[in-house]
Amino acid sequence: MAATPTREDNASNAAFEARIAAGETIEPKDWMPERYRQQLMRMMSQHAHSEIVGMLPEGNWITRAPSLRRKMCLLAKVQDEAGHGLYIYCATETLGVDRAQLIDQLLTGKAKYSSIFNYPTLTWADIGVIGWFVDGAAIVNQTVLAKASYGPYARAMVRICKEENFHKRQGFEIVATMASGTPGQHAMVQDAVNRWWWPTLMMFGPSDANSPNSAELLRWRVKRFSNDELRQRFVDLTVAQAQAVKLTLPDPKLRYNAETKHWEFGEIDWAEFKQVIGGNGPCNRERLAARRAAHDNGAWVRHAAAAYAEKQRRAGAASAA
Amino acid sequence: MAASTDQADGASGEGPLWEVFTQEKQGAPHEHAGSVHAPDAEMALQNARDVYARRGDIVSLWVVPSSAIIASSPGESGPFFDPADDKPYRHPQFYKTPRGVRVY
Repeated sequence: MAATPTREDNASNAAFEARIAAGETIEPKDWMPERYRQQLMRMMSQHAHSEIVGMLPEGNWITRAPSLRRKMCLLAKVQDEAGHGLYIYCATETLGVDRAQLIDQLLTGKAKYSSIFNYPTLTWADIGVIGWFVDGAAIVNQTVLAKASYGPYARAMVRICKEENFHKRQGFEIVATMASGTPGQHAMVQDAVNRWWWPTLMMFGPSDANSPNSAELLRWRVKRFSNDELRQRFVDLTVAQAQAVKLTLPDPKLRYNAETKHWEFGEIDWAEFKQVIGGNGPCNRERLAARRAAHDNGAWVRHAAAAYAEKQRRAGAASAA
Repeated sequence: MAASTDQADGASGEGPLWEVFTQEKQGAPHEHAGSVHAPDAEMALQNARDVYARRGDIVSLWVVPSSAIIASSPGESGPFFDPADDKPYRHPQFYKTPRGVRVY
């Protein structure tokens, strides 16, 4: 087990804080406060679960993609999300937890995942808008997490960021194509923008005033910017992209502040956010049911692989004897 | 790198943990990429390919049972590595050479 602290004395804590302050990277076998380990485990496993559950809304459209090219691209993107989930599970395991435990926490509803994946994908335009908004927001988040103080997490983020740009571009390509298509196509993609904009802004988490974990995570340099700072960065990036494809973001209060050089936006409906996080979003139950079914339906594959490996081991032992 | 060996017994039904090393081009070193669960070496290689080589940018893969890796201990890294600390003469900068001569 990695560096289970035998004594959390002040000296170790002070040395740890000094390493963090000096910008050093913490590795699995290094001493770390139990609270740091717990916070990372919570945050990283939520992140991994989000990648896995995130496959579901998009997977919904693989069989109905409008062309073979779009289908191949979407399939590759959804496979990437599976890969990204596995990168982060593997990084979380370095904290001394087994992946099976983490998956169990997801399937029993004990662990959370990103609220955004509890919204339905009603039309093909949603696939474009998810790539553009949701992956765009994820890139803003993950680019910063690539500098997180915990080495395995940061390295997983570097790997993910390299791959994620394709996701955003495949989404924006769909959006741009539909936005410059027939009036019906334009209306469809505008409708998707209207439905996904606010839930995407919620992805960055509660505002700084109401984010219980933020201060600690910022101090430990797991996070490098606050939820509100990252949300603002995303809005600033996205407004110009929306203008370029002649789509309107559904916020009458959206206006450019020439002084701060930021786009100001309206109030987020935090009551909705709480509802969705609390398990009462449009698709929470459906998503968990789908994950449970996938896990159960895969059981025979895991059993068969284990049985085959065991058989080979016995055959090897017999021939060696 | 995986922290634990006692979790590598496959009790979860997903098999033990394997560390994955990837080589990005001919002649480059194999670098640690992450880990996978698999019941045997063959599946570990296949899982490693699916997780760490999805874009044709890898030319070679190694998988090693995590339990087989012996790592130095961070708590002892001071005394463990200090034999090299007082040997500046192992660096080229230690040596004085005549002015104006290109030595390397």
